Amino acid sequence: MTTSTTTFAILVELDGAGAHPASWRSAAHLPTELLSAGRTAATVRSAERSGFTAATFEDSPLPPGPSAGGRGVIGRIEAVQRAAFAAPLTSSLGLIPVAHAVYGEPFHLSTQLATVDHVSAGRAGWLVGIDADAAIAAAYGRAAVSAERAIADAADTVEVSRRLWDSWEDEAVIRERVTGRYFDRERVHYADFEGESFSISGPAIVPRPPQGQVVVFADGLAAARVGADVALLASIDQVSTAPRAVLELEVVLDAAGVSAAERLAALDGYDLWAPTQRRRFVGTSGELVALLAELATHDRVDGVRLIPAVLDVDLDEIGRAVLPELRRRGLFRSPTPGQTLRESLGLARPANRFAQTEDLEGARA
Amino acid sequence: MSAATHATTTHATTAHTTNTRTPTATSGARRRQLQFGVFFQGVNFSTIWSDANSGSQTDFESFRRLIQTAERGVFSAFFLGEGLRLREHLGRLHDLDVAGRPDALTQLAALAAITENIGLVATQNTTYNDPIDLAHRLASLDILSGGRAAWNIVTTDNAWTGANFRRGGYADHADRYTHAEFVVTTAKALWDSWSEDAISASRDADSWASRDAVAEVSERDAYFAVRGRGRLPRSAQQHPVLFQAGDSAEGRDFAARNAEVIFSAHGVFEPARAFAADVRQRTLKAGRPADDLKIFPGQEFIIGDTEADAIEKARWVRESQVSPQTAIAFLEAVWGTDLSSFDPDGGLPDIQPVQDETGETRGAGFRGKRPREVADAWRAIAEENEFSIRQLVIHLSSGRGFVGTASAIADQLEPFADELVVDGFNVTPWLIPSGLDDIVNRLVPELQERGIYPTEYAGPTLRENLGLRDPLTRRDKRELARLRA
Repeated sequence: MTTSTTTFAILVELDGAGAHPASWRSAAHLPTELLSAGRTAATVRSAERSGFTAATFEDSPLPPGPSAGGRGVIGRIEAVQRAAFAAPLTSSLGLIPVAHAVYGEPFHLSTQLATVDHVSAGRAGWLVGIDADAAIAAAYGRAAVSAERAIADAADTVEVSRRLWDSWEDEAVIRERVTGRYFDRERVHYADFEGESFSISGPAIVPRPPQGQVVVFADGLAAARVGADVALLASIDQVSTAPRAVLELEVVLDAAGVSAAERLAALDGYDLWAPTQRRRFVGTSGELVALLAELATHDRVDGVRLIPAVLDVDLDEIGRAVLPELRRRGLFRSPTPGQTLRESLGLARPANRFAQTEDLEGARA
Repeated sequence: MSAATHATTTHATTAHTTNTRTPTATSGARRRQLQFGVFFQGVNFSTIWSDANSGSQTDFESFRRLIQTAERGVFSAFFLGEGLRLREHLGRLHDLDVAGRPDALTQLAALAAITENIGLVATQNTTYNDPIDLAHRLASLDILSGGRAAWNIVTTDNAWTGANFRRGGYADHADRYTHAEFVVTTAKALWDSWSEDAISASRDADSWASRDAVAEVSERDAYFAVRGRGRLPRSAQQHPVLFQAGDSAEGRDFAARNAEVIFSAHGVFEPARAFAADVRQRTLKAGRPADDLKIFPGQEFIIGDTEADAIEKARWVRESQVSPQTAIAFLEAVWGTDLSSFDPDGGLPDIQPVQDETGETRGAGFRGKRPREVADAWRAIAEENEFSIRQLVIHLSSGRGFVGTASAIADQLEPFADELVVDGFNVTPWLIPSGLDDIVNRLVPELQERGIYPTEYAGPTLRENLGLRDPLTRRDKRELARLRA
């Protein structure tokens, strides 16, 4: 899974006001301004300007924040639409929404993700949301499933999505006036998927995504089971067989003369940011540069996903003081306009599983 | 490309500057205005793909070009259909029409980023969408567009479509509007579940939002049970505007109870007037003011420099829409068998249809017909007019459409405005992405000079631009009684 430093990826999570439950108190905007077009546009533009490889957009069928007694943000704009909205406002940033894959309709989901890839000219990813929570089942009006079944259903959702994305071959639209045919039905295929919880005929209603396949991301523990392209690892010791591995890092930086530890303590004074499985980096931008420089040459990871405590503070600091230094040292290269997310990650454009004759895929890749 | 389209391209940019007509609305009260919406169809043979000017059906640039032209022409709404299954013909994929379209809400979210005022209407069915998910995705578009989202509510029930969804063909045809009403009620409950002042005004408040300010929603019908919370506050227009397109008595009553705009197929004056009278009666009966439901029939506009030019262009449009193969396939959908051995420029088949009822795989327009009756009726039309197969299909599919110079068409539209027959037209362009250029460059200025078309947007929300009142759930009984009086 080792890749050269030229494809070392730096992703950033952009949900809400930041990952800290009290982040909204340190935001540059009022609480009433958070869930808006303006705020959504501002954060993706900031991420693109800073030169991140891609942005992720957290989501869940349940409202964010703790279910009882929480004082944080409890609203959220649907992540697939945030990614689509971001597409015309950016030209190089990868766009990776979380989309829940257990209780919803896989056919709609695959179409939505393909659409993000079309509107972004090949910059879409999908962070597979796997959550068996009975409250989600109740919201959808379906029977709750076990954690094990949830992973299996998510794997089926990924598999049927992949079949649907391939169901139109690249050259399916022929516009042949002589025969009156708009597309070649020999190059449009049924998905014919039958799983434990659902079956889907296909073909897709949308032509093949520009990347051929949207890049699939999943939590490291489930990545192999769902056939993800990229595993998100909570720890560098976690083993993954996915083609790419990205380490997750929560980030609190020194800012405006206040140390990261003091900033964190102040925010924790309102609401504690409970420790997660992930590593939490609390320090200076220089120290973060040193850590990322080490990871950039590490043979077990191909990139990082940074999860800023407060977007209006930490995202800005990373863009101002961390990424430029990594670029200067030749350890990180920001994507360029028109580059696909696959290209940014060093992943080849896959051949179409349905293409029978010797296809053009190989030549194109 | 034909000479007719050349003429259009050449004159499109100069037409409105050479018009010297005196505005008729300079004195007296402001005239009632019409509005335009545009439908990026993505299916059916009305979209011409064979012309050199026909662009991609999928590339974002096609959508950008069309919606920005519409916004330049002060269109109130941009409308996308919903694909649930690729159409089939005689048991195989139907390959003659444009096909392959994006997810409506996702595409509209992208278009929200590059537009300011135009409404964004997503067709979404109530049968194969999960209410909790559908309501949230509509609310998300409403927030991202600053209050410009709308939901065109459609029902579907056939098992053929259901093969792409978890529940399959679960719903009875008879239940489709009852279930639709449940989905609409659930969506409204979720949209209304955040109180007006749910979110704190200050970063120093005790919490970001008051948890009590968001009510849990619990609804069920025979098919679905939904228990959950809304994830978004109200939008700038309260909640998405509700459109509806069903034309049956049941569909019209559904619209009268629930919708704020009704699409119709009645774009010709007398049928449009009859439709308006009927719909207004039903709206009153539903306890709402008669003008609470706006009427937008679908229409095509074919504009020429002269009457003769427009007629020639219309001929070219129809022949491009109905290729020889499309003409044969049109008959095959009724006959239910291969008719490729028949000459499209010859007479109708003398053999009888082999099926008892037409299927659903070619779309609603073909569905549930009695083939032998249809065949007999078509033979009678063809005999009377000496039509070939292709001429017949052109005749049958060109019932709609204003054809003429921009000025002549504007004259024809005046009574639609003055006599309250429609509130606007939903334009179906026959060419993507340039299909609105003539309308925006030539027809819109003519209508504006007559004072029957807006010269600017009334406001940033779709609700304002359509002149709609608050959503029904936001009005109390007293207000409704006063409005009805």
